[in-house]
Amino acid sequence: MSTDPKKWVAGHVASLPKSGIRDFFDLVAKMKGQDVISLGVGEPDFVTPWHVREAAIYALEHGKTYYTANLGLIELRRAISKYVEEHFSVAYRPEDQVLVTVGVSEAVDLAFRAFCNPGDKVMYHQPCYVSYHPSVQLVHATGIAVPTFAKDNFALTAEALRAAWQPGAKILMLNLPCNPTGGTCTREQLEKIAEFCREKDLLVLSDEIYSELTFDGVHTSIASLPGMAGRTIFLHGFSKAFAMTGWRIGYACGPAVLIDAMMKVHQYSMMCASIISQEAALEALTRGWDNVCRMREQYHRRRDLVVRRFNEIGLTCHSPRGSFYAFPDVTGTGLDEKQFAVELLAAEKVAVVPGQAFGANGAGHVRACFATSYEQLIEACNRIERFVAGKRPA
Amino acid sequence: MNPVLQLLLEGGSLTTAQMAQVAGISTAEVEQHLEQLKKDKIFLGWRPVLDLSREAAAAASVRAVIEVKVTPERGGGFNRFAERIAKFDEVESCYLMSGAYDLLVFVRGGSLQKVAAFVSEKLSTVEGVLSTATHFMLRCYKEQGFLLDDDADNSARLTVSP
Ligand SMILES: Cc1ncc(COP(=O)(O)O)c(C=O)c1O
Repeated sequence: MSTDPKKWVAGHVASLPKSGIRDFFDLVAKMKGQDVISLGVGEPDFVTPWHVREAAIYALEHGKTYYTANLGLIELRRAISKYVEEHFSVAYRPEDQVLVTVGVSEAVDLAFRAFCNPGDKVMYHQPCYVSYHPSVQLVHATGIAVPTFAKDNFALTAEALRAAWQPGAKILMLNLPCNPTGGTCTREQLEKIAEFCREKDLLVLSDEIYSELTFDGVHTSIASLPGMAGRTIFLHGFSKAFAMTGWRIGYACGPAVLIDAMMKVHQYSMMCASIISQEAALEALTRGWDNVCRMREQYHRRRDLVVRRFNEIGLTCHSPRGSFYAFPDVTGTGLDEKQFAVELLAAEKVAVVPGQAFGANGAGHVRACFATSYEQLIEACNRIERFVAGKRPA
Repeated sequence: MNPVLQLLLEGGSLTTAQMAQVAGISTAEVEQHLEQLKKDKIFLGWRPVLDLSREAAAAASVRAVIEVKVTPERGGGFNRFAERIAKFDEVESCYLMSGAYDLLVFVRGGSLQKVAAFVSEKLSTVEGVLSTATHFMLRCYKEQGFLLDDDADNSARLTVSP
């Protein structure tokens, strides 16, 4: 008897849309061996600093190859608690308010699984990181996309939140600075959002993975605002600022009851994060700050270069206050974002990601990651300039 | 800080045109900044960083580090010795040190004999030099920030990722 294995795939998984990133990845992969400059990545071009890699080797040499506590190594949780208090002005107890996870990715997934009943409503701003909406769908919850706009430099506004709010909304997912827009909120804007969350009794999941890469002004965590720590899960990790994407290590901090709920899911699904990565993360927190600053300085200069060039070229581009992404408007070329990305890749071999990969509100924009060398960025801008010049009506 | 100096400190190898792009100024302005840095004796010049062990014609050159003890002079301290020693063509770098000796001198020569001759005939005969200890370099692993066998491999990095 012949059978179609497809029937075994769960309905809600089968109906998850394919990631727009994946589509574009396949397209770029076909051009392997050609001189493609990729501004399509979502990670630092820096290798993890050697002292961190060396600490992991040392841990292996000393036989650190076993499981750790579900919450993570207590030394690491202490270091996280200290770091978060120093940099974000929120105090979490290492014993029961900090959970070490396999990247922010796992932390986001745990939070939705721990806090969503089927049918619950989750608000998130869009354009946004590609995982949020699928993660909501995977727990049979409903997403409410709140638009952010180029005119606001893609900051989330309380007005937009209010306009999109529906009865039954339970969670607000934040990502500031934002992938893909680089948008962040000022303290005043955040205070209004916080007020809205208190008014509507929302639980906040705050993914602050790009917070160290804030170039203008200081980063404020919503968890640090009055009355917010009790209704916020602070999510952070090492992938971006510490250049540790491949280590898969991050953490969640929040009220003990909520961290305990996330820990329950974590203990049955993951048990614990890799001990080697935990040791490396401990080293990064203890001695890695100078490197974070050095890398941030370079991202800052790269941002200024790319944003200036894009605007000169005629691609309207706000200056992202944080992250390592520029999100220019490409509609001035007469192309939509998908055509722009596909044709640019074919004609000039520069890869950028079409904005709709980050949700419908990304239309008209592309994401260009500036976490690559000055030389590559200059060459990419020159190619984009040539491409755009060819598109202008004569 | 001078924006050009900032880029020089990063240690890349940008052309002046690329520096202009990164700093957001004209190439002429970059050159003016470089001129100013030269005038201020902050920027001394360009030099390539080379791994000569890979170049057969140059591989014969020998490098040594020499610890030199001297008697400091009344009035001049160590400066007169140091400046005198530093002027020899064989000397690549020369530093005043704290600790067991006074000057640390980096020397390059065409052969072991030539370096040895430099030490015995020139360096140790400078008046006031009490003793020298010469260490020949056998192999270089890192040169001015560059790993000689850099095995970092970026080729497996995804070209598009979330
Ligand atoms: C906003 C955002 N959150 C989370 C992640 C994933 O982070 P991690 O590597 O810690 O799982 C990314 C990675 O691109 C991201 O951009």
